[in-house]
Amino acid sequence: MAKITGAEIMVKSLHEEGVRHIFGYPGGVLLPLCDRLFDEKEIKFHLTRHEQGAVHAADGYARATGEVGVCVATSGPGATNLVTGIATAYMDSIPIVAITGQVKCTLIGNDAFQEADMVGITRPITKHNYLVKDVKELARTVKEAFHIARSGRPGPVLIDLPVDVQMNGAEFKYPRTVSLKGYKPTYEGHPGQIKRIAQALEKSKRPVIYAGGGIILSGAEKELTKLARKTDIPVTTTMMGLGAFPEDDKLSLGMLGMHGTAYANHAIQDSDMIIAVGARFDDRVTGRLDAFAPNALVVHIDIDPSSVSKNVHVDIPVIGDARKILRELNKSVKKGDYTQWHRMINKWKKELPLRYKDGKTIKPQYVVEQIYQLTKDEDVIITTEVGQNQMWAAQFFTYTKPRTWISSGGLGTMGYGFPAAIGAQIGKPGSIVIDIAGDGSIQMNIQELATAVCEKIPVKVVILNNGYLGMVRQWQELFYDKRYAFTPLDAGKCTMCPDFVKLAESFGATGMRITRKEEVVPALKKMLKTKGPVMLDVLIDKEENVFPMVPAGEAINNMLHGLA
Amino acid sequence: MDKFVLSVLVENKFGVLARIAGLFSARGYNIDSLAVGETEDPNFSRMTIVVESDERILEQIKKQLNKLIDVIRVQDLTGGEYVSRELILIKVKATNAKTREQLVKIVDSTGAEIVDAGKKFVTIEESGDEHQINALIELLRPYGITEITRTGKIALQAD
Repeated sequence: MAKITGAEIMVKSLHEEGVRHIFGYPGGVLLPLCDRLFDEKEIKFHLTRHEQGAVHAADGYARATGEVGVCVATSGPGATNLVTGIATAYMDSIPIVAITGQVKCTLIGNDAFQEADMVGITRPITKHNYLVKDVKELARTVKEAFHIARSGRPGPVLIDLPVDVQMNGAEFKYPRTVSLKGYKPTYEGHPGQIKRIAQALEKSKRPVIYAGGGIILSGAEKELTKLARKTDIPVTTTMMGLGAFPEDDKLSLGMLGMHGTAYANHAIQDSDMIIAVGARFDDRVTGRLDAFAPNALVVHIDIDPSSVSKNVHVDIPVIGDARKILRELNKSVKKGDYTQWHRMINKWKKELPLRYKDGKTIKPQYVVEQIYQLTKDEDVIITTEVGQNQMWAAQFFTYTKPRTWISSGGLGTMGYGFPAAIGAQIGKPGSIVIDIAGDGSIQMNIQELATAVCEKIPVKVVILNNGYLGMVRQWQELFYDKRYAFTPLDAGKCTMCPDFVKLAESFGATGMRITRKEEVVPALKKMLKTKGPVMLDVLIDKEENVFPMVPAGEAINNMLHGLA
Repeated sequence: MDKFVLSVLVENKFGVLARIAGLFSARGYNIDSLAVGETEDPNFSRMTIVVESDERILEQIKKQLNKLIDVIRVQDLTGGEYVSRELILIKVKATNAKTREQLVKIVDSTGAEIVDAGKKFVTIEESGDEHQINALIELLRPYGITEITRTGKIALQAD
């Protein structure tokens, strides 16, 4: 068999894995691979304007499609610019493979130009990582990397690839199977444990299903819906689980946690049995741990054993794939009589709905509601930045399908939403992709406007512009005596900094601005009709807050409601 | 807080030790000792890790170790029967003949060994379980210990 270069082996391996899109940025030690990709027909290289844009785009692509997202960067600063995006993917269990160039093998460890120890730097934020020092190991490494990224609890894998390995020659033989002695994820749930859930359920009077991003990752949404409807148990989802259960269903409690619905938080706290599926009892969900659901028997279905009993004591753990386990569980569960329980929940729903005080100014909640109204019959994907924009987008849009909500959950990464929208749009060209942004977050990766314009990626950005780093300002208002340290973005001389309309136009995108409530619907309609990327700057009520809110360290039924 | 002894079988690849040590440091777990070496199969290494922890954290440590791709098996030896050894080198002041005579007696009675004798110091080696080693240290302390180095515990499950 003839020898081919490492760069060629990498590309052939990517073909084997079905990769069609790569997000990246070139650089010196990545040149052999870039040069090979230049002629590539089956894989499209998407040039972002910052490596962080590339990794978030790969992540958005993965979340929208369910496939592995791929990004590349050069060594040193290129590679370190991936770190935030890799950590984002790691926290939310998103399968990506990041390929970084590295200085040649003989220079590794010598503080060479643009050298960084990427395997060392990304060790705590990857599911696994590799430094390939022998071209003969490359094909096997790529095979393993994709296998690890997408199987079990998914996550990011990094391959650090020295420039000489890209140039060295080896025969190409792509392995058919992966053999990793220490990595054998459990998929089938223990039948005895599944039986115990069904038995416990027979005694429960006030059960709640608490579903997380694991439902979406395992494709278990049908099984989850079946479980809820068959048993008549209400469902609350985490932020990562939005879209896992149709929020227009009468059994839906919406999102729980710090900015969850009051009725979800009360239901969890008053429940006598929690069925947690693919959720990890994040502190933003549990609030004060020792006061969390004091009377509930806790069932936890998760593919990752280390998630079980990490924060909350679990009575019935079941390790395995959510879809397989729920399918088994559905065989043995029965409809329960939860009339009293539903009555109580409906009372909370009626008394404490998600609401806001409408007025003359543009309320961000209203904007999100109108986005939903105008797109509910379409294939729409919402991405978000992080902060108030993210929470309003989570609360006031009604998610009914999985993979339609794309947001940085665990790490809370500002600057995520826009590049993620680009990745999602590339993965789902037929969908309407809207990034709901804040004026602070959008500035963190705004350079990707160039990517969207050049590649004619028609993402829409709605900036809920209040001139503040809004969520931090909210905390300062509530807990720091209104001392707005470093959160006003329009302080001093500049009243609107930057001018997002001119900025969008300078990149060749469409820029629009509205300041009055009656402009919201026409502007959104115009935005949706406009071809190509659009940035809509919405000047919202400057000091609007996100409610309900559980103050940090409080029990989750101890909420600030904000409205009289 | 109790001490626990974990025996961890891992792939014998570069970077594995850093992965394990990094897991402990990133999560704020304290390692008492960590000893590592190749096994009967050169593809694998065995690490013996002694940690001070409570049961709940230990459970997390075991799960997190198992999560690492390069970790093949984690055994908690603490509850069961196991044999453990540690090697220690102790440098003791020995400037006169009387002291040296006494040190030789101690060494003979404990099964330790003098591995180096200079003009001012002797270096004593002992291998044994924690109890034996601590006992030797106490016997030697009055003579003036100037340096100690120990390997950390290695352990195997008893048959």
